[in-house]
Amino acid sequence: MRKIEAIIRPTKIHEVKDALEEAGFESITVTDVKGRGKQKGVMQQWRGRKYCVDLLPKTKLEIVVTEEDTDMVVDIIQKIAATDSIGDGKIFIYPVEKIIRIRTGETDLDAL
Amino acid sequence: MNRRSLKNNNKTLWQSLLLMSVILMLFIIPASAGSVEENAESIASLETALTVLWLIIAGTIVFLMHAGFSLVEIGLTRTKNTANILMKNFMTISLGIIVYWLVGWGIMYGADYGGLIGIDQFFLIGADNTLWNSWWFQMVFAATGATIVSGAMAERTDFKAYLIYTIALVAFIYPVFGHWVWSGAGILTSGFLVDTIGASFHDFAGSSVVHSIGGYSALAGVMLVGSRIGKFKNGKAIAIPGHSLPLAFLGTLILAFGWVGFNGGSTLDGNDPYVSMVIVNTFLAAGAGAIMVMIITWMKTGKPDPSLTANGLLAGLVAITAPCGAVTNWAAIVIGLIGGIVVYAGVMFNENVLKVDDPVGAIAVHGYAGTWGVLAVGIFALGQGDGSMLADAAYTAAGAGLIYGGYQQFVIQVVGAILSIVWAFVASFIVFKIIDLTIGLRVSEEHEIAGLDIVEHGISAYPEFMIHEE
Repeated sequence: MRKIEAIIRPTKIHEVKDALEEAGFESITVTDVKGRGKQKGVMQQWRGRKYCVDLLPKTKLEIVVTEEDTDMVVDIIQKIAATDSIGDGKIFIYPVEKIIRIRTGETDLDAL
Repeated sequence: MNRRSLKNNNKTLWQSLLLMSVILMLFIIPASAGSVEENAESIASLETALTVLWLIIAGTIVFLMHAGFSLVEIGLTRTKNTANILMKNFMTISLGIIVYWLVGWGIMYGADYGGLIGIDQFFLIGADNTLWNSWWFQMVFAATGATIVSGAMAERTDFKAYLIYTIALVAFIYPVFGHWVWSGAGILTSGFLVDTIGASFHDFAGSSVVHSIGGYSALAGVMLVGSRIGKFKNGKAIAIPGHSLPLAFLGTLILAFGWVGFNGGSTLDGNDPYVSMVIVNTFLAAGAGAIMVMIITWMKTGKPDPSLTANGLLAGLVAITAPCGAVTNWAAIVIGLIGGIVVYAGVMFNENVLKVDDPVGAIAVHGYAGTWGVLAVGIFALGQGDGSMLADAAYTAAGAGLIYGGYQQFVIQVVGAILSIVWAFVASFIVFKIIDLTIGLRVSEEHEIAGLDIVEHGISAYPEFMIHEE
């Protein structure tokens, strides 16, 4: 089991969510986050004065899948969330030790 | 039975009544027509009624400007101080009404003492319809000066301190200068200065009386209260973006709407033949001011800056407030364009040279553009000489401006401009200093960072944005 954590553009979350659902992955967790990568920030202007917004709003998508499905889900996210411009975000993949469904107590693949 | 059928049933009846009354008029009215004197009297009382009505309506339009000021100020500042700014503006007008009734009016328009101050009519003693009418129109102007100060000192000034200052401004600082200019007996429109220079100071609706007084009082205030935490880093100004351009723009347009009453009403006469010219001049300058600032910011930064452009519209309006009843349409456009330059240069001058923090640009908009407006009278006024379009105007600059070959009007305008700067700055500096030494002008650093909403009023203006903890 793997947890895929993708930091993407807020504007892309609905498309990614719909594509994942179509492929059969409807369980996701989404959080509004702020952060920056190599891009560092963007310049804005207030009353004729430039200033840098160095923490940008991003959306964090978390999804846990089986090892076989990992590549497919990563492909979907990467394909849809990409705009080929700076600031598209990153995908992180972690091993998952154990899953427990709170309601029934089922574990691991049964709980996925 | 509904209204329509009632009307139809009665139609014939009304028609016959109308016919009968026409017949009656033909035979009876000529016999009972008033004498020339009686007719003149009826017309005069109708004209008086028009003026009363015009000043009530104009005053009501100006009243809405307090909503405009509130919205501009909260739009250009941060969410954490919104409730505080709303309360400050709200209490400015609320206190202003009472204080201007108690003393403000008396000092401004009471019997003159030495050209300096009015000394009776406190509590509007002995008021009649005309006096109450004038009071209503003048009262809505009075609180405006304090509201200007509120914006410049936003986000770090103690609420109590501000309330006390507001009382001082409406009771004394504003009406004293108002007496000098608008009472008819003040030092800028009669006596030594006027005799020496040979012209009377002209400020149609208050570029100096309202706007300069507010603007330079604000300058004294921001110098004493200091900048917001984080506004200057190593002596360099840092942008602190406001939280709502929609509110700032709505407020700006409400202020522009208010100017119909502000300048139009300052004819003080519902029958004035130049009232429409006043309003046209006012809005020509407004548009010109906004266009100029948009162009300047576009050239300077590559992008047309929204909040400065909004300031530009206001600067055009402030600048034309003094000359709107004294100049041509073309001059109004030039005055507005230069007003735009003045406000942009003023904002940059405040931040880069004086190093003072004025979140909403009030000092540049009301102070500097106000002074420009007063001087513009001396440059562009048509005067009342032979051939002037305004020769028979009841209330305009009597002397011609520099471009028409006059110089005396310009000289008295310079004197008035200097007096307004010195009076507002010095008087407000003293009041703010006393407040600072007694109850303190500024909130603590901790409170400023937390935001004045929670600390001063115990509520956030946008509670649902906050995370609630049990």
